[in-house]
Amino acid sequence: MRVRRVRSADMANVIALDAHVTKLPKPDYWTDVFRRYGKQRLHERFFLVAEDRAERTRLLGFIIGEVRAWEFGSTPCGWVFALSVEPELRLYGTGSALLDAMSAEFKKAGVSKMRTMVARDARLPLLFFRSEGLMAGPYIQLEKDLD
Amino acid sequence: MRLQISTQLAIFAVLELAGREGEQLSVADIGEKYGVSSHHLAKVMHVMGRAGLVRSVRGAGGGYQFAGNARRTTLLDVVQLFEDLNSVEQDGGAADAKPEGQALRQVLSEIDDIARATLGSITIATMRKLADRHENGGRQLKAGPPRPRPQRPGNP
Repeated sequence: MRVRRVRSADMANVIALDAHVTKLPKPDYWTDVFRRYGKQRLHERFFLVAEDRAERTRLLGFIIGEVRAWEFGSTPCGWVFALSVEPELRLYGTGSALLDAMSAEFKKAGVSKMRTMVARDARLPLLFFRSEGLMAGPYIQLEKDLD
Repeated sequence: MRLQISTQLAIFAVLELAGREGEQLSVADIGEKYGVSSHHLAKVMHVMGRAGLVRSVRGAGGGYQFAGNARRTTLLDVVQLFEDLNSVEQDGGAADAKPEGQALRQVLSEIDDIARATLGSITIATMRKLADRHENGGRQLKAGPPRPRPQRPGNP
């Protein structure tokens, strides 16, 4: 397996994987994400893909993150906001490899903390991030209905 | 959050057993490590046996084995055998119907939900790694022993 930056040629596979996992095809959204995270401010935005070394056209998974500092009083941190692995290929280390590669990019960008946000009932990603050593952070997510 | 002694013992026992795949440990072995009576621990193991988390092995050298999947069994699976995680209980008193009573229940429900989500997100394998991290003096979680991963067919 090899993890590298995304290329425009990967996007059809990224869109297909996301549609397969979420059952919600959204090509326009991914085209926009590629424009912002695959082409701009690449020193602090990272859109990485994992591919099979032997079968290079095969996308195993992808991860997207950026250096952010928008919470109240937060110092910059590495924020992971997307991670997806081909369902049949899970439990073979692809997610770990993607997260390791993202950690390395964040470190190179000068941050020492990685964060993400996962829904309480999203069991699979929660189990994954926990197994990778992520613990509850010092922020509490709050929300309200806008009447 | 405070856990009962039985709950803590159950977690410790599962961690011990899950860390020794294929081996069995006696109640006395586990009790000795954590300084608890075999009698108390036997009751805990009985509850976990009925829930399918451990299995007893009879005969010479018998004891208990972990019967679950350490990467799928969570702390919640163990804790809820011994604890009532619902702190919000309506006792039918007058306060329940008051706005203040409803507001308090809402806040306590939020706490319960967070506790459940936390316990439900940490597997026995993750706990094992956390414990190893403490044993190694707080080094990074991933610096612990590598976890076994299934190999993809054709990929060594």
